[in-house]
Amino acid sequence: MKSRAFPLLMTTLVFALLYLFCLTQYSSFASMRVVCNLLRNYAYLGIPAIGVTFVILSGGIDLSPGSVIAFTGVFCALMIERNGMHPLVVFAIILVIGTLFGATMGSIIHYFKIPAFIVTLAGLFLARGGAYVLTTDSISITHQFYVDVSNIVYVFPDGGRFTFAAGAFVIVLLVGIFLAHYTRFGRNVYAMGGNETGALLQGVPIGRTTITIYALSSFLATFAGIILSLSKRSGDSTIAMGAELDIIAGVVIGGTLLTGGVGYVVGTFIGILLPGVIHTYLTLDGSLTPWWIKIIIGVLLFGFIGMQMLLSSQFNPLKLIRIPRRAAA
Amino acid sequence: MRNNEQAQIPLIETRGLTKTFAATPALSEVDFTLYSGEVHALLGENGAGKSTLIKLLTGVHKRDAGVILLEGKEIEPRSPRHCQELGISAVYQEINLIPTLSVAENIFLGRQPMRRGLVDMKTANRKAYELLKAFDIDIDVTRDLSAYSIAIQQIVAIVRGVDLSAKVLILDEPTSSLDRHEVETLFSVIRSLKERGIGILLITHFLDQVYEISDRITVLRNGIKVGEHLTSELPRIQLISEMLGKALTEELAVQKSGISSNGLDREPFLRVHGFARRGMMQPFDLEVRKGEIVGLAGLLGSGRTEIAHLIFGIKHSEQGEAYVNGQAANLSSPQKAVQYGFGLCPEDRKEDGIIADLSVRANIILALQAKLGWFEHLTPKKQEQLAEEMISALRIVTTDMEKPVKELSGGNQQKVILARWLVSNPEFLILDEPTRGIDVGAHAEIINIVKRLAQEGKAMLVISSELPEIVDYSDRVMVLRDKQVIAELEGDQISEAMIMQTIAER
Repeated sequence: MKSRAFPLLMTTLVFALLYLFCLTQYSSFASMRVVCNLLRNYAYLGIPAIGVTFVILSGGIDLSPGSVIAFTGVFCALMIERNGMHPLVVFAIILVIGTLFGATMGSIIHYFKIPAFIVTLAGLFLARGGAYVLTTDSISITHQFYVDVSNIVYVFPDGGRFTFAAGAFVIVLLVGIFLAHYTRFGRNVYAMGGNETGALLQGVPIGRTTITIYALSSFLATFAGIILSLSKRSGDSTIAMGAELDIIAGVVIGGTLLTGGVGYVVGTFIGILLPGVIHTYLTLDGSLTPWWIKIIIGVLLFGFIGMQMLLSSQFNPLKLIRIPRRAAA
Repeated sequence: MRNNEQAQIPLIETRGLTKTFAATPALSEVDFTLYSGEVHALLGENGAGKSTLIKLLTGVHKRDAGVILLEGKEIEPRSPRHCQELGISAVYQEINLIPTLSVAENIFLGRQPMRRGLVDMKTANRKAYELLKAFDIDIDVTRDLSAYSIAIQQIVAIVRGVDLSAKVLILDEPTSSLDRHEVETLFSVIRSLKERGIGILLITHFLDQVYEISDRITVLRNGIKVGEHLTSELPRIQLISEMLGKALTEELAVQKSGISSNGLDREPFLRVHGFARRGMMQPFDLEVRKGEIVGLAGLLGSGRTEIAHLIFGIKHSEQGEAYVNGQAANLSSPQKAVQYGFGLCPEDRKEDGIIADLSVRANIILALQAKLGWFEHLTPKKQEQLAEEMISALRIVTTDMEKPVKELSGGNQQKVILARWLVSNPEFLILDEPTRGIDVGAHAEIINIVKRLAQEGKAMLVISSELPEIVDYSDRVMVLRDKQVIAELEGDQISEAMIMQTIAER
């Protein structure tokens, strides 16, 4: 129990220390404005990251979310602006398409025993290519519904705006935690990641679970695409380029083992917001370019992966130190 | 408790159970019965058909002929899942649970108690604790399974199996990685399962444990049932002779023809003192001289292959020291062993030995190339010359040296592996079951090669289940039982009867 939660504790500690440091430098970190901005700006990464957490927990990987987000945005813009469909109808259609896309990837991974890395890499190219084929233009969405949705906002006394996107992020997080810990599906995901053969022999439905996991991941990526399209009020095929890598980094920094079986959904929440805090700090500071954030994330990733190595039983640093043995008397 | 056994309906009964894999019979017409509340040990050497029988009972394989009755009713096992539902559970040596989940979650995986549509871990934890407590195992069930010893993990697997309404529990080598104390814990669990009327089918290599816990013994050999006995009525020596398929009539001391034990004063090429590894092998000493063949004899799982692995550095010894030509040697990896002039022909030819898709030539030069390193190139001409030499010296039957090794017969594959080590000119060769699974003609040839190599001055360590073979070529024989070297036989002492008796002694 303790060792399983250790990476999460470390992440939480790093996050808390970082936030405290930021607070001592800029009092605005105590305001709801910074908090709400963080949630709003990182919702499009955080929502699919919850799905990818399930994928990585099961011992798999999903590289397609960034492309799925872009395809969703372009699809919505085209259907609403060029075909004049109502956004809610378009959302329903694209959510079905996205879920089927994920389910297909999951089926291929399960039935043809092709590594998830390859299947979802193909998914990445397919979705991104699909977005470019639909259009290479950036299309603005001017539908009244979009304006209405952007007006759904709770304003805190200090001016912090808790938007639709921030709300969606928090709800997906809560549902994710619930799914992971209080349903058989969630426990099966953990079991698969811990020992797939064992899970199979103990009667876990591996096929059904695998397909559901990837369907869930793509569903959430599509949902994130809708959220992003609502905030940007446009569709752009070049958006969320490389987002899958930020997502995976967030999941790993959040304490989920890349080998599967160990991790927490709430860790991903923290892992995704951590770069956001650094970004906010660098913006307020102004003396360093925000690109430093990439370097800091790289260092953090190294640190966390190193820590996971130390924790996993496969690698015991003590074994590297060999004490020369004197001949016994 | 089995006094009225005749009147009782057996829990499991098989009649004429038969299974053939690719024209080789794995099990022929086996009748087997398991009664409620008994521990029935299933014994036999490699290829006896133990695992085939288990796989037929647990629905992994489908039988070719015969019937399986569960409590007098015929059953048709379809899958492990189906058998679990029928009440037949199996716990294997490599525990198939989830190390990263808690003990309670492992026990209730896939059948967690639910409350209002949610997984109810509180109830699961309480029930898991009670289940284990019933066996006097008092542990924190919320901790990860991996936090506990193998013995506890095994018991958790058993508890899960039994809780899935098991009537029949199959334990496949449950004690092979446990220490004495852990075995006690496991046995007390097995005893209380007996009291509950569960029938237990036990497979183990440890004869002491068979006599300690089992009520009845069935011996299989080459897929045929050779005996069924009450444990209390079966002398050890008879059990061993049934397992090995040797009659007991042989004279005790057979005169050996060879010119053995003539060089015992020579400094050994390899001297190993007190090598051991926890859970794998008890401390042992070993000496091998140049020109000498040392045989390792013992039942399956007695520690023969383990000795080979420890000496060759595949697993490194936790204690003791080794000397090569009188100099202290570090045998911590196969690479180092090769530098000292060691060679190993492994037991599992297909898995560990040949590289099936590479040609005969490529397989032969593999070890030599590895020894030379990356930068010393063997010219194609030199390669061909070496391969040709070996093909004619060992009489490897192949149309040409570029043929993929997988297309050769078993005996010829074995020769290719031998050739691989011979081209690198080793001083010490370890052969693990060099004659397994090859036809009679090749068998004699391999034995001749082994003898010739010793005459050429190589030190040899040979492992074999074939007693006549060991007796034939060994200058000395180390006898093993339960991961321990229990005797060293020399000269006149070396005979099949003597080896069997040594294994049977307590």
